[in-house]
Amino acid sequence: MLKINNLHVSLEDEDKEILKGVDLTVDAGTVHAIMGPNGSGKSTLSYVLSGKEGYNVTDGSVELNGDNIMDLEPEERAALGLFLAFQYPIEIPGVGNMTFLRTALNAQRKARGEDEISATDFLRLVREKAATLKIDSDMLKRPVNVGFSGGEKKRNEILQMAMLEPKICILDETDSGLDVDAMKLVANGVNALRNEGRGFLVITHYQRLLDHIKPDVVHIMADGKIIKSGGPELALEVENNGYSDLLDEAS
Amino acid sequence: MEAGDTLQVKDGVDQETIDAVKEVSTYKYGWDTDIEMEYAPKGVNEDIVKLISEKNSEPEWMTSWRLEALERWKKMTEPKWAMVDYPEIDFQDQYYYARPKSMVEKPKSLDEVDPKLLATYEKLGIPLKEQMILAGVEGAADKPDGERKVAVDAVFDSVSVGTTFKSELKKAGVIFCSISEAIKEHPDLVKKYLGSVVPVSDNFYATLNSAVFSDGSFVYIPPGVKCPMELSTYFRINAENTGQFERTLIIADKGSYVSYLEGCTAPKRDTAQLHAAVVEIVVEEDAEVKYSTVQNWFPGDENGNGGIYNFVTKRADCRGDRAKVMWTQVETGSAVTWKYPSCILRGDESQGEFYSIAIANNHQQADTGTKMLHLGKNTKSRIVSKGISAGVAQNTYRGQVNMHPRAKNSRNYTQCDSLLIGDKCGAHTVPYIEVKNNSSRVEHEATTSKVDDDQLFYCRQRGMGEEEAVALVVNGFCKDVLQALPMEFAMEAQQLVAISLEGSVG
Repeated sequence: MLKINNLHVSLEDEDKEILKGVDLTVDAGTVHAIMGPNGSGKSTLSYVLSGKEGYNVTDGSVELNGDNIMDLEPEERAALGLFLAFQYPIEIPGVGNMTFLRTALNAQRKARGEDEISATDFLRLVREKAATLKIDSDMLKRPVNVGFSGGEKKRNEILQMAMLEPKICILDETDSGLDVDAMKLVANGVNALRNEGRGFLVITHYQRLLDHIKPDVVHIMADGKIIKSGGPELALEVENNGYSDLLDEAS
Repeated sequence: MEAGDTLQVKDGVDQETIDAVKEVSTYKYGWDTDIEMEYAPKGVNEDIVKLISEKNSEPEWMTSWRLEALERWKKMTEPKWAMVDYPEIDFQDQYYYARPKSMVEKPKSLDEVDPKLLATYEKLGIPLKEQMILAGVEGAADKPDGERKVAVDAVFDSVSVGTTFKSELKKAGVIFCSISEAIKEHPDLVKKYLGSVVPVSDNFYATLNSAVFSDGSFVYIPPGVKCPMELSTYFRINAENTGQFERTLIIADKGSYVSYLEGCTAPKRDTAQLHAAVVEIVVEEDAEVKYSTVQNWFPGDENGNGGIYNFVTKRADCRGDRAKVMWTQVETGSAVTWKYPSCILRGDESQGEFYSIAIANNHQQADTGTKMLHLGKNTKSRIVSKGISAGVAQNTYRGQVNMHPRAKNSRNYTQCDSLLIGDKCGAHTVPYIEVKNNSSRVEHEATTSKVDDDQLFYCRQRGMGEEEAVALVVNGFCKDVLQALPMEFAMEAQQLVAISLEGSVG
């Protein structure tokens, strides 16, 4: 499904290479986790995959279901089914959460040549999905992420994900800033979306999120490369011993 | 109750906006209509003023009122304090009077109406029924559709071409007609109020308007009457090198209410065109007037050629106690905008509100704001201004709040927000505050922000195109003002916001 091949990326403003040959394949129906110390390039990977400006792809390729997506605009990638749950969701004052969702959903449907969703269908859908994430009607009406607590922001990301039904979901440190209860809620939301047609790339610092979202494969990223891949036990190893052993091993 | 019951309205961008953004790549109303016009010679002088007066079959008192204004105007100089920069205007190189030839005699049926005039209305989105009425087809106005309850008065270049729903309004006692008609039919009202809010000597452009105004709208709401429908005037400048000088006079008698909408468009021209309007509103005791404008005159092209120079004097006088006036404006067009709709809060406990969205893109320059003059006790005013600058445009908010010594316990709240798109445009805020008593309170809040890349990326990651994302963010920024508009206008305004910001990113 998502195939990252020898991806090299440097910053546009300064001549600094951040990703130094990332290889990674996420198959449909699987959950991959990426762990790694600060500054290893995890967040950069999520931004580059989703098309944020400010990065130069100097080598390598990324395919989503066979389409090379690196030359596409962010919205084109979104329409192909790529979704990024932001580490720091952005506030948009004055724009109702629901308006935002409907505009996004219809934009994607239109890009795919589908009809717009009717107002009633949309309402039904959004209420149903919101209820499972304990998002109340007030939060749906408030401006996007404005005045939301950390937990509300992250739940809102998952709501967007549930509404847009992407094919590949990238979660960038979705657990950061969450207490245990909020994390469970978010994890349940993610688990509810797991199915055989959908792949997940979960970026996290800590093993604890992976207690709730069980990964199929765990990758350790350091200095712009994946230095080790393995099963869920790899995450536990990091939890117990930190990254230093793995880093030594790699060098 | 449940969330989302307000989903289809107001709250953000609707689908039409999005379609409009995608489909319309340039100024939508930029076509011109090839209609045989009757012009007066270029320039302004006594003969022209007399001619305009004569063409409108005006009584002598009106002619001399105009001539007096002309005399004053000759001694005045153009004000230069606004933050706008434009080439010297040659006031003698303008046509001050133009009207469609087919209007010389009123047509009897649609067949007699110049088809091009009808085509113009169609392009403006005015339904056929109203096209007939506007074109002056006899009898058409007596059979209104009954669904769309907005009475329209259309002003094409210098002349009012027709007013709809007249008879229905008449039943309620409301007078809604062109000002030229009012001068003939209701001379007492006109004599009493014309120039009483914006005096002939007020300012350079208002004085010029007083001398040469060709038409405009007149509204009188009798005591205690709530106007049964919204009133609307549609202004269009069509002829080349023509100045449009319309004059609007609205009188809300004691305890009455009216909501008035004004829309404006003009064709694309390489040369700049002049527009200097005057709007006077008289609000008596316990009366309330809402005046909404969507100004979409041609803004000039991307390189700053052409466009309308828009010098407008709008003022409301709250004469009676508890009188209320609310100005709402969406200023997206014009190459140069010079406009300060004001409120004189004379009556005790009278209230003035000003809600404004001013967008300046490409080479547009806007210097706009309001004046709140608190004269009565316990008067209140509220100013909400949203300025958006893009391209290389300059956008200035200029506002004055004045508390007279007699205006005890009065309040003003001003919120003034600027949004910048790109890094070559400018936003300026120039508030003048004068408080001459110690029981009044004035609050002023101002912010300046940028549409940031993170917001746009967030929207685009969710699937929106770049321009759609900008429109969404900007409409969010303008929300407080969009909500103050009547529903029909709010939709149009949202679309305009999107269209006028096209090409401002990327």
